[in-house]
Amino acid sequence: MALAEGVLQLIEDAAHQQEFKKVTTVWLEIGQLSGVEIEAMSFCFDAVTRDSIAAGARLEIIALPGSGWCMACSETVPMTELFGECPQCGGYQLQVTGGTEMRVKELEVA
Amino acid sequence: MCTTCGCGSDEVKIDGEHSHHDHDHVHADGTRHSHDHDHAPGAAHEHAHSHEHGHRYAPAHSHAPGMSTKRMVQIEQDILSKNNAYAAQNRRRLVERGIFALNLVSSPGSGKTTLLVKTIEMLKGRQQVTVIEGDQQTSQDADRIRATGARAVQINTGKGCHLDAHMVGHAMEKLELVEDSLLMIENVGNLVCPAAFDLGEAHKVVILSVTEGEDKPIKYPDMFRAADLMLMNKCDLLPHLSFSVAKAIEFARRVNPGIEVIEVSATSGAGMTDWLDWIERGAAGSRAQRRDAAAGIA
Repeated sequence: MALAEGVLQLIEDAAHQQEFKKVTTVWLEIGQLSGVEIEAMSFCFDAVTRDSIAAGARLEIIALPGSGWCMACSETVPMTELFGECPQCGGYQLQVTGGTEMRVKELEVA
Repeated sequence: MCTTCGCGSDEVKIDGEHSHHDHDHVHADGTRHSHDHDHAPGAAHEHAHSHEHGHRYAPAHSHAPGMSTKRMVQIEQDILSKNNAYAAQNRRRLVERGIFALNLVSSPGSGKTTLLVKTIEMLKGRQQVTVIEGDQQTSQDADRIRATGARAVQINTGKGCHLDAHMVGHAMEKLELVEDSLLMIENVGNLVCPAAFDLGEAHKVVILSVTEGEDKPIKYPDMFRAADLMLMNKCDLLPHLSFSVAKAIEFARRVNPGIEVIEVSATSGAGMTDWLDWIERGAAGSRAQRRDAAAGIA
């Protein structure tokens, strides 16, 4: 819920600065490892944006894949779960390098 | 995160008073359309360019009803960027005054407040301590802290499940923090949401009591990854439990290879000197940082 409110705040700031008054679509970039529940985000977004300039806006989620740097293998490997094991060597010495994003990418406004 | 627990952030009270919130309102002032790209003045832009989709160039200054003037606006901002900006502001204020701030996080019932009370008592005469208490309701915890003689404010988050940097900033104003002191922020008992919200602290300290499962670090990995120190509390109870300290440490290091671990018992006092030494080292670092900064200016 706080994240959905964060999204709305960014939208309202942008609306204030760039002078638009209706948002029709919102694109979010959500990393696979960010821990964000897409279902919950969609639900909360609808609840939070009711009576706002983003009321009824379509929410588009761009899922970004997870990746990490395996210290043992010395290379970047795909990760499907945070703190999971390296798909190559099975070790846990992984530094997450991608997939934790939670960003508002762009808006379609009228 | 709060997308999973559905908490709300309204109804926040600091020592029983509502904290103020600024809201930006967008006023509908008739149809305005532009062909250029309006860039937000002063906003941090990371993007290389912005573009429009679905152009429909209407004749200049015509406001045909129902006409679509859709355009794209690039935002490219982290959802937590607002909180992070407040946190950066808090951190700057703390560093300038040599204050060592810790954000204590754990599940409810891990013994955070008891540990805090004991810590304050043991630091008496050595280190001035101020406390920000976070709970959904009541000022019970702040009252317990004040009974030790330390100054404390209570933030009630209402429906909220965590403290955020904005609330903590207001609480800091209220406390009038003393230079070179120690600020302890006791977060709402919750191992999920507080992990994502930076408050401006020097370190997050996660408290795991041995009456909980040793697999908590892998069940709630975000928190154990965000913390720099894990305190294993209630260690006096170990003889009565099947809790494996070694296993808990192994799980914690799996999600955070660099995490430090101190075994303590607020009740028996075991391990407390190690914990106080850890605080002293950090506090000395914050004091030195302030002095260096002051010397740099002079």
